[in-house]
Amino acid sequence: MLTRFFLMGLDKKAGVLLTVLAVLAVAVPVMALGTAPDSPWHLSTHTVALLGKYLCFALLALSLDLVWGFVGILSLGHAAFFTLGGYAMGMYLMRQIGSRGVYGNADLPDFMVFLNWTELPWYWHGFDQFWFAAIMVMVVPGLLAFAFGWFAFRSRVTGVYLSIITQALTFALMLAFFRNDMGFGGNNGLTDFKEILGFDIQAASTRVGLFVATVVALAIGYILASAVVASKLGKVLIAVRDAESRVRFLGYETDRYKLFAWTLSACMAGVAGALYVPQVGIINPSEFSPASSIEAVIWVAVGGRGTLAGPVLGAVLVNFGKSYFTAALPELWLFALGGLFVLVTLFLPKGILGLAAQLRERLPARATVTAKPADQKGV
Amino acid sequence: MSAQDTLLYLDGVSVSFDGFRALNSLSLVIEPGEMRAIIGPNGAGKTTMMDVITGKTRPDTGTILFEGRTDLTSLREPAIANLGIGRKFQRPTVFEMHTVWDNLELSLKAPRRPLKTLTYSATKEDRARIEEILDITRLSPRRDRPAGSLSHGEKQWLEIGMLLAQDPKLLLVDEPVAGMTDAETEQTAHLLKDIAGKHSVIVVEHDMVFVRELGVKVTVLHEGSVLAEGSLDSVSANKQVIDVYLGR
Repeated sequence: MLTRFFLMGLDKKAGVLLTVLAVLAVAVPVMALGTAPDSPWHLSTHTVALLGKYLCFALLALSLDLVWGFVGILSLGHAAFFTLGGYAMGMYLMRQIGSRGVYGNADLPDFMVFLNWTELPWYWHGFDQFWFAAIMVMVVPGLLAFAFGWFAFRSRVTGVYLSIITQALTFALMLAFFRNDMGFGGNNGLTDFKEILGFDIQAASTRVGLFVATVVALAIGYILASAVVASKLGKVLIAVRDAESRVRFLGYETDRYKLFAWTLSACMAGVAGALYVPQVGIINPSEFSPASSIEAVIWVAVGGRGTLAGPVLGAVLVNFGKSYFTAALPELWLFALGGLFVLVTLFLPKGILGLAAQLRERLPARATVTAKPADQKGV
Repeated sequence: MSAQDTLLYLDGVSVSFDGFRALNSLSLVIEPGEMRAIIGPNGAGKTTMMDVITGKTRPDTGTILFEGRTDLTSLREPAIANLGIGRKFQRPTVFEMHTVWDNLELSLKAPRRPLKTLTYSATKEDRARIEEILDITRLSPRRDRPAGSLSHGEKQWLEIGMLLAQDPKLLLVDEPVAGMTDAETEQTAHLLKDIAGKHSVIVVEHDMVFVRELGVKVTVLHEGSVLAEGSLDSVSANKQVIDVYLGR
């Protein structure tokens, strides 16, 4: 029953994506750990972390597509959920430092000692346990999304107004987390991590392990999102996107459906953030900045909104471009990103995947012509 | 007749928008199994009446009872829909990206809670019922097409089919033949008459030929309240009705 539920969303597109992920999960560890450092096939620890980062962004893009592509909620604050997940993981990693910090305080992270705090704030308790942090990674963004969505959807805030308040949400969080007395390291955020689950966080093998974990998380996220979208619930979501009041008159409480997708999406974004933090080694309030959320929207648009696989592709491609451009022509990157968004909006309204579908429709034109009379015979 | 025996009971319902009285102490009674046509000039309050019955608009004053006991004025749209009131919009509103089949499946009477729909799979009876509705609405050959690709008339029928799938006790149908060809209009009248046997139907319509085709009791609305009620012939002969509506 459950297996069938998870398999029902899988199509050819999913097959390709999951195969690519499986190949990555095998090839990257082999190339990073099984080859000599001077071999042309060798992947440096830096590259592995970079690839891992792209896949975290891919998971964020996937979660955004679930609400934007399928429910029509354009979230301009999805990085908030990503960053909250990241902070939850960062808190665990801070607690793992123990007495190895600059001040050597076994009970308090360095920044708290610096602020002359004498005891751990209540909300830091439990984060020395991995299992607790792993749950909080989903619960914290999920709860925020639930509370936010509860009020927003019940008050029937939609469209551009909803987008603006999601933007305000992430901006408010950024301002809050910048404050030292919030207890999350203020401006500097959380960093100087040493270990995760007892493994040295800098070691090549740990990096590879984190990469594989990210691949697995992305694959699970994809399968879950596909199953949700293919279910009758997914059809209701699409119907809400296209004609919400009609859905209400059919007897569906549309707020609940939106809340379900919105909260699930926030949990997925939280997991993405949690995997991101150990791979980049830092989490700070700038991740909450409105620009991060808007970038995520661009990845989804570039890849193809409402296709699930497209946003994954879009996130990886755009971030690869970002890595390349910011190294080669740093001053041009923002123009390139802006230009890309304009071009995609004007010429590729359905993104790269939509373009692929259009080309496929156009090429075997003869086949579709012959199919039509057969269709009409039934009339 | 007491309110208990009625299907829908409106008493003294008034709604104002920024000082404009869309409904002015409207009173109306629909009996179980009845089909009623509502006519009236533009701005007579026909669509507003549907809005207050289905929960889209809250009346300022007045009583609306369904089946003589449920007060509709305090309920939200989905709750009213689940009581058994279905609505067809003036402009055909179907889910364009979904296939005809999926449109019907979404409308089909079934649990409406998210966790139920997440694990739903169509039963044999569900599929049979959808097939049946496809036949009634003559949309069988179109079942796998996206609803957005249907013609205007087909969309209207699909929406009526969706109402059938919902299996409501009362159907509110807003201008079902607007923009239809004569042949389509005639077929739609047949379709609605078929439905009327098992359900109560309220049809709002401008098209007098169509109303005559239906051959049911007619209520004439004017400026938000009932001007006349009776057979089409008797209201057509009514001096007031001629003045405000038919005479133009």
